[in-house]
Amino acid sequence: MGYKLTPEAFSRIVAGLSERYRVFAPKRYELGGHFSDTDIIRYGEISAGSEIIFGEKSAQSFKEALLPITQVLFYFTEKEMKESDFEQKDVLVFLRSCDLNAVKRLDTIYLRNGEEDYYYKRVRDRIRFALIGCPEPFESCFCVDMGTNRANNYDFGVVEQDGTYFVDCKAKDLADLFSAGTQEVQIPPLFVSKTKTRVNIPEELDASVATASMWEEYDGRCINCGRCNFSCPTCTCYTMQDIFYQENGRVGERRRVWASCMVDGFSDVAGGGSYRPKNGQRMRFKTLHKVLDYRARFGENMCVGCGRCDDVCPEYISFSRIINRLSEAMEEVRNADK
Amino acid sequence: MDINTKKLKKNAFRVTKRRGLTASRVRVPGGHLKTEYMDIIRRIADEYGDGTVHITARQGFEIPGIRFEDMQIVNELLQPVIDGMRINQPEPGKGYSSSGTRNIAACVGNRVCPFACYDTTAFAQRIEKAVFPNDLHFKIALTGCPNDCQKVRMHDFGIMGMTLPQYERDRCVTCRACINFCKKKSVEALKEINYRPSRNEEKCIGCGECVLNCPMSAWTRSKEKYYRLTLFGRTGKRNPRLGEDFIKWIDEDSIVKIILNTYEYVEKYIDRGAPGGKEHIGYIVDRTGFEEYKAWALKGVELPAIAEVNQTVYWGGVKY
Repeated sequence: MGYKLTPEAFSRIVAGLSERYRVFAPKRYELGGHFSDTDIIRYGEISAGSEIIFGEKSAQSFKEALLPITQVLFYFTEKEMKESDFEQKDVLVFLRSCDLNAVKRLDTIYLRNGEEDYYYKRVRDRIRFALIGCPEPFESCFCVDMGTNRANNYDFGVVEQDGTYFVDCKAKDLADLFSAGTQEVQIPPLFVSKTKTRVNIPEELDASVATASMWEEYDGRCINCGRCNFSCPTCTCYTMQDIFYQENGRVGERRRVWASCMVDGFSDVAGGGSYRPKNGQRMRFKTLHKVLDYRARFGENMCVGCGRCDDVCPEYISFSRIINRLSEAMEEVRNADK
Repeated sequence: MDINTKKLKKNAFRVTKRRGLTASRVRVPGGHLKTEYMDIIRRIADEYGDGTVHITARQGFEIPGIRFEDMQIVNELLQPVIDGMRINQPEPGKGYSSSGTRNIAACVGNRVCPFACYDTTAFAQRIEKAVFPNDLHFKIALTGCPNDCQKVRMHDFGIMGMTLPQYERDRCVTCRACINFCKKKSVEALKEINYRPSRNEEKCIGCGECVLNCPMSAWTRSKEKYYRLTLFGRTGKRNPRLGEDFIKWIDEDSIVKIILNTYEYVEKYIDRGAPGGKEHIGYIVDRTGFEEYKAWALKGVELPAIAEVNQTVYWGGVKY
């Protein structure tokens, strides 16, 4: 059971919430696309429910709400330093089930993988989640096979059907917002139970697949732009940059910015070495991190099957197809050993 | 046989090498058309021509092998094509009323091409509406970006799409795609300062490579569309040459106004004794001096604040 709202009522409620929370949601950036006269759907702060895009998948994930793309950690001058300011306002994020499952992966890396990350934690402690229901999967989605098509740790969920919004509110403190003036109704499902794109991760998958020939194909096809990583809700890598301001070289900042294991420089080491110079090697590393070694350490796959990496790849490389090639690649490797 | 060849040419037919036969020239402003018009062109070619069509250098169609006595019926058959392309026409059913100002050509533009900074066909159609019909010999072409696939520098007016890149520094992840692509594919207008690209405004040609290659949308396009306007490139016998830059970061309205002003200038200064009353604008400008042309061209034009106007322009090319 839940509540039925008109678009106007829903929009007003979100507007009200935006006074108490920094509300992040997928929204349309008009003319913000790479190509002229195109829009882009990505995350940003909103101040009304009407800004939320329900019918299209965002090119990038909610991740920037928790992990700013650029985050100044502290400023320094001579013998002093100052921590960067932190906006003391709670955060509300609208996100789909795959992304809500991705939060768990981010938590694992930033909170349970050794020391807690202070900068992550201070936002995480103040964040609430609004689930965007999926009446239908998008073409590239494969959440069902990744086991991420469902989630229940949301404060409220909303699904749009024929211009009407249906809300399932779990958070007691928010229930009054939605129940005012409406009757409880049966609401449509918030989750999909099958997807057009299917994946199969072979049970016998292990690191020996690294020597399979399939990776070589990506030496030539991939352009190492990093869009797959930057669009991924579970990629957690960042790099550090120490900046000395140009006007005064004794003042500066330390910041961290997102990093990509596909982009040049990621595996460079002192002395000029580079561990994965070829794009196929980077593709192999990324793939096995997403569907093998993270699982070996934490018991579940890192990839949540949102399919954004497929959507944004300018070279039309499909990650779901890479996953589906692994069975054959394992067979090839095993036969080679015989 | 008695044919007024002056009237025939003005009607977009031509005198061909075969006596008694003409060819019909079909305008396609912006070079993009619905296939239904190709059916009509095909029918004319099959029933009144020789069953062939030439795709012209200016993106029109030339239907050869038409008998002079069939010109009127061809004009009637062309009416839906003329209507469909929204060609200005004083008298329906009579074909094109002028041929001096040539078809306005354009590359495929942003209806298809990822590099294009605007809809070249739509802008070509707008210019067509503003300038046609006119007997003066004007050649106008549009291209989506500085790659200039349309070779607009070979035209009297060359219009090249530009975008003014907008940079949101906090979205930048130092992947260096913009810097590398600008260096390898464009003019090396970006260099890295403190892990971030810094744009040399004078060098930047607004091609949009930084935007196209930025995986983070840290670089985006300006909401406003800008253009480079080049002047008086030409082919021909005496002094073929490339068009030279006149204004960088010009807007659409100003381009239309400058072209219209140029018609007035040419009306005033054209050599009335030129063969066929036809003289390339560039030769007129060579005669009056660029200063005089510029004064006419910029009358009433309000350029965007960012526009850079070349105060003097010199042309080179081959001189025979």
